[in-house]
Amino acid sequence: MARTWRELFVAGDDRAELAEPEPEEQRRGFFARLRDNMAKSRQALGAELQASVFQTLDDDAWERLEETLIYADVGAPTTAAIVQRLETEAGSGGLAGGEALTGRLCELLADAARGGDDTIDLRARPAVVLVTGVNGTGKTTTIGKIAWHLRNELGLSVVLGAADTFRAAAVEQLAAWGERAGAEVVRAAEGADPGAVAYDAVEVARSRTRDVAIIDTAGRLHTQEHLMEELAKVRRVIDRQLPGAPHETLLTIDATTGQNGLRQALLFKQAVDVTGIVLTKLDGTAKGGIALAIAQELGVPVKLIGIGEGLEDLRPFDPDDFARALLGVSGG
Amino acid sequence: MLETLSDRLQSALSDVRSRGKLTEEDVAKAMRQVRLALLEADVNFQVVKEFTAAVGERARGGEVLDALNPGQQVVKLVGEELTALMGGSARDIAFAPRPPTIVLMAGLQGSGKTTACAKLARHLREEHGRDVALAACDTYRPAAVDQLVKVGSAAGAAVYEQGTDPDPVEIAAWAVDRARAEERDVLIVDTSGRLHVDRELMEELARIRKRVKPHDVLLVVDAMTGQDAVNVAEAFSDAAEFDGVVLTKLDGDARGGAALSVKAVTGKPILYASTGEKLEAFERFHPDRMAQRILGMGDMMTLIEKAEREFDEEQAAELERKIRKQQFTLDDFLAQMKQVRRMGPLSGLLKMLPGVSGLGLGDLKVDDRDLDRLQAIITSMTPEERAHPEILNGSRRRRIARGSGTTVQAVNQLVKQFGQMQKVMRQLQQGKMPSLSQLAGGR
Repeated sequence: MARTWRELFVAGDDRAELAEPEPEEQRRGFFARLRDNMAKSRQALGAELQASVFQTLDDDAWERLEETLIYADVGAPTTAAIVQRLETEAGSGGLAGGEALTGRLCELLADAARGGDDTIDLRARPAVVLVTGVNGTGKTTTIGKIAWHLRNELGLSVVLGAADTFRAAAVEQLAAWGERAGAEVVRAAEGADPGAVAYDAVEVARSRTRDVAIIDTAGRLHTQEHLMEELAKVRRVIDRQLPGAPHETLLTIDATTGQNGLRQALLFKQAVDVTGIVLTKLDGTAKGGIALAIAQELGVPVKLIGIGEGLEDLRPFDPDDFARALLGVSGG
Repeated sequence: MLETLSDRLQSALSDVRSRGKLTEEDVAKAMRQVRLALLEADVNFQVVKEFTAAVGERARGGEVLDALNPGQQVVKLVGEELTALMGGSARDIAFAPRPPTIVLMAGLQGSGKTTACAKLARHLREEHGRDVALAACDTYRPAAVDQLVKVGSAAGAAVYEQGTDPDPVEIAAWAVDRARAEERDVLIVDTSGRLHVDRELMEELARIRKRVKPHDVLLVVDAMTGQDAVNVAEAFSDAAEFDGVVLTKLDGDARGGAALSVKAVTGKPILYASTGEKLEAFERFHPDRMAQRILGMGDMMTLIEKAEREFDEEQAAELERKIRKQQFTLDDFLAQMKQVRRMGPLSGLLKMLPGVSGLGLGDLKVDDRDLDRLQAIITSMTPEERAHPEILNGSRRRRIARGSGTTVQAVNQLVKQFGQMQKVMRQLQQGKMPSLSQLAGGR
């Protein structure tokens, strides 16, 4: 499983070897912090889960567990499936004691969160990453952070394509990120054709032999058919410019999103063949359980998580850590 | 995507009618469906728990037990209770007796705050004729000030900004002075989006609030928010003591249960809903529509209520008697048609049916003018002609066509259709199943 940047990005370039391995301490730090936040939240089961809830395996215990998952936005169908599985296994006597049950529950949740290949293949030159999502889910910010990591941790050169030509000042926002991340930005006037900007960005990356081109797109609700069609067109334009591209199509999902996230993922997948989810804003009290439902029902894996507003606050997704944070249990 | 709650309850309670009694178990079954529907709509599970308990209590009462259609009655009950929980018809912001009225907008990052500021400005300008200014106090997100300048001027509002360097509290205070000096009616203060765990930014919001003393503080909430909506609302309630809610991104297909959770937990009303990308896609909030949306059932509730209101039981009994005795006349036909039409235009009624709006039947041809013409033809007939259409000869038909502004062909068609209708009624009376082509009027 991808746990560090170098495990996440398949860079196919020896420059990547130059990057310093990430300090273990720092990586652990976040989830400890995340767990702290969740513990503060009224509903976190945490220690209680191990200590008392599983002491008596009655209906109340299972209901309490169900509520914890529902509260994390895992959704009713996935919750029911997981709880039922655990209940069956507990009933057959294979699991004794709260600790064993909690451990098994974490395993089940982590398994559900795994949805296929969770690496990002950047071996093509230039490798093209298309970033899509609903308004306000953190696309532009995510792009800024990815660019920063690619440059600073993997030593790759990056071009950003400002194809969000719809939202007022979106280009300026991406330009500000480009500056912080040390990436050049290909831009056009507000209201310009997003396909043309994407085309230019890939062209620039190609002619100047840059390693990666990341294309920002305008936020759009998945229900706006004409806008989804426009997005599909942007993807086709990129493919025409560089056959096989985009090599990765990411969808940003806000961790506070409820069951509608499933619809978002489904419709974006249909339009642009999403290959990975970026779960953003996971540093709030929201637990992002919708990502589990998406991985489970659509088979689209989470690849990255956003845990804060700083440049370094984007991390590879780790299903086991995620499962533990979801339940608010310590250890691991 | 999902079955509507209505469908689910129908199937869950389908056998109740034949038994004529709703058991404890039936109610529990129904409440489980209600619970699922609400959870799928992202209503907070604690709220769901209390809600289903309360509704279950009422469902065991007489109004559901004695109803012919307990499934539909339970849906109606749930809808009523949801609407009540969501609060009555919402108010606009409260205008201060001495302007400027100051409105502080707060909300999480990405909830649509900046856009909502501009939309509210436009709403107050267009609907209330107020002169509105916007204060750009989101100094945190890159380019947020630029965005407000752009959407603000598109909304016809003055935008006060000092870039991103000064303290947002100072910008807000400066903007209030300027709004007063320029005699603006309303000043809307945009603030940074924030993750509510960020204490520093929450404190900034509290400081702005303390400094500018807003008349209304509005919390902007994304309709797609899940269970976390309650935490958000509580955190903002502590920091900003907001007075009302603006619900955004309602043009998607999210059920918007977050709205209910926020209202239930904080007791603060939802004032406005943002329903599209355009600046004018912004309206006062309608609790009843939201309730229907959460239940995933179109405007079924309105349809049921309309039918209830318009349907006169005595008239219905009289109609049934006439059909039995084969005395159904064109007058009765006219009365029937009017009764249905009182519920609104047919195209509108169709859209209220669950699932229809999602089928892309927007341009389905339901022409109300066809009904206008039918009505005109019948009212151009004498009472005798209406009771005995068989006396309609050529000259009578020409007169009716002239009187109704239609053609003889149109009159002929109506008479033919009516004849077929009577035939179908006779067959039904005799217990025969009429063919589909007969039901369709043989066209």
